[in-house]
Amino acid sequence: MQNTNNVLVDVQDLKVQFNLHEGTVHALEGVSFQIQQGKTLGVIGESGSGKSVTAQAIMGIIPSPPGKVTGGRVLLNLPENDASVRVVNVTELPPSGSEIRSIRGKEISMIFQEPMTSFSPVHTIGNQIMEAVRIHYPDVSKQEARDRTIEMMRRVGIPRPEERVDAYPFQFSGGMRQRAMIAMALVCHPRLVIADEPTTALDVTIEAQILELLKDLQAEFGMSIMYISHDLTVVGGVADEVMVMYLGLVMEQAATDELFDNPLHPYTEALWRSIPTIDGEMDRLTPIRGVLPSPFAVHKGCPFYSRCEKRIQGVCDQSRPPMIEARPKHWVRCFLYTESK
Amino acid sequence: MLVYILRRLLMLIPILLLVSFIAFFVIELPPGDWVSTYITQLRTSGIELSDQEAQRLTTLYGFDQPTYVRYFKWITGIVTRGDFGWSFQWGKPVSEVIAERLPITLAISLMALVFSWLIAIPIGIYSATHQYSLVDYLATFIGFIGLATPGFLLAMILAWAANQYLGFSALGLYSKEFLDKPWSLAKAIDMLKHMILPLVIIGMASAGSTIRVLRGNLLDELKKQYVVTARAKGLSEMQLLFKYPVRLALNPVFSTIGWLLPAIFAGEVLISIVLSVPSIGPLLLRSTLAQDMYLTGSIVLILSALTIVGSLISDIYLAWADPRIRYGGLSK
Repeated sequence: MQNTNNVLVDVQDLKVQFNLHEGTVHALEGVSFQIQQGKTLGVIGESGSGKSVTAQAIMGIIPSPPGKVTGGRVLLNLPENDASVRVVNVTELPPSGSEIRSIRGKEISMIFQEPMTSFSPVHTIGNQIMEAVRIHYPDVSKQEARDRTIEMMRRVGIPRPEERVDAYPFQFSGGMRQRAMIAMALVCHPRLVIADEPTTALDVTIEAQILELLKDLQAEFGMSIMYISHDLTVVGGVADEVMVMYLGLVMEQAATDELFDNPLHPYTEALWRSIPTIDGEMDRLTPIRGVLPSPFAVHKGCPFYSRCEKRIQGVCDQSRPPMIEARPKHWVRCFLYTESK
Repeated sequence: MLVYILRRLLMLIPILLLVSFIAFFVIELPPGDWVSTYITQLRTSGIELSDQEAQRLTTLYGFDQPTYVRYFKWITGIVTRGDFGWSFQWGKPVSEVIAERLPITLAISLMALVFSWLIAIPIGIYSATHQYSLVDYLATFIGFIGLATPGFLLAMILAWAANQYLGFSALGLYSKEFLDKPWSLAKAIDMLKHMILPLVIIGMASAGSTIRVLRGNLLDELKKQYVVTARAKGLSEMQLLFKYPVRLALNPVFSTIGWLLPAIFAGEVLISIVLSVPSIGPLLLRSTLAQDMYLTGSIVLILSALTIVGSLISDIYLAWADPRIRYGGLSK
């Protein structure tokens, strides 16, 4: 889609399904996108839209069974020391093999939603952060790993890190635990950090601090961020580019300002109408009508058909709309724009 | 930590006193006592026993005094002189009777415990990490058999099988030829051979439950978020498994030492009777039947003490293994 020189992650037509007891869930039905070096991609979607599964696929940690990548590729362009680029297809690597493990935590790391449960309760915070260094840099001495950990804890704003390094997770507050989580994700200076709803479990002031911290760290270390959230305002604040997902498909993708100013897809428009605003008129919030279809449902046409206010009967329910560039660098998956193009 | 252990040890004293008190009175509850039974026995077997003589016996053994006086004498004897009283049945001090059998009982119980862990922990871990695999089903099957088969039945079958197919008499603690011999290497080896069967049978029962407990715990732990976090760090599956979920899943297993020990003692009674192992279990049964009350009371007391010490060990282990318990209880 965009220039390919600075592409770090290139996801091509990724398909993932979960074979559950109750039936097959098509979690991703052909997802394509790219993440540029040093940029932030925001991913927006409701629960079950495939945001987290996409993240897991990039890390190669889709729980299997029941999950399975049934098609597509996840290409990582990893620059080597000699200025060449090593291309790795994550979907082809055995999920617990040494190659993907050398990438996990070192080139790509992840910040999880639940700072409360993301740490083992019986190991110290320092031990768990240090572990990442010890795995990926076996030559680094224990003392050196500890120093790096303390330094990173200081950098993410944990007070008195030289003492707190030996504390246990239950001695940390939620916000501090999320900072520790970020320290753990960044301690090996990865190229990509996937933040999967990192502030959902936190209160609003802490959320603002964490978002600010992520931006600062990105400016300092130059990593790319894939920021997953269902909170539109948060994504609008951090992302350079935004991708809207619905039931395993990318519905719309554009630069953040473009997407917020000119939402094209009826789903995106409906999402925008459901956000409360401080300025502007006091309107009633309009929820998206209908309910999310069953995850087991198979959609012949557009998955949003049943809830769409602008649906075209006989078109939208017959075949899946293609992804088209409706405006410059603004991609949308909707039949409303196929004719005008 | 040291203060914690000391405090727990101090708390043992009132608990043990209470246990001894209850045990003594429960033993007193059935009608009759050892002396009156003895006197009746003598009379029915045709021996002329004057009332005077009967009275002399009753006084000799202290049964003319009320229960609380006898309890008081018994417990002061234990506390001040380590004297557990007199065993009527064996005609010697209780402490001697028990001392002959306690070591072998402890040895069998502890070895059975370790044996059951050696079997159950690897199987439990494998079962949980390979849920619904063939081996998991097999382990589950064997676990349930171990749980559901009465130990004495297994003891009889295995003792018969050992005799039938290996020509090895598994009964008793030594073979006949070693019975009166002094200790030697050959005798020790012979004893070890005889201990295999009781160990396997007693261990099997608790291994069955340990497999179930460990499998269940580990399945829970494997679903937790911190496992995904560790995987996302790039840890290999093996390192990850043993550093995080297994460590947490084992806590409940080790914390059950407290009630596993008495369970093994209790399970051991029937098996020891079937296999004629001279341990505490059969002794307890016989002394209870004969109303040999000081012996019964002392055994119950010792078993309770072991139980309480077992739970103390569990608690100390947990405090050591889990910082939430360690800091939660102490820092405040």
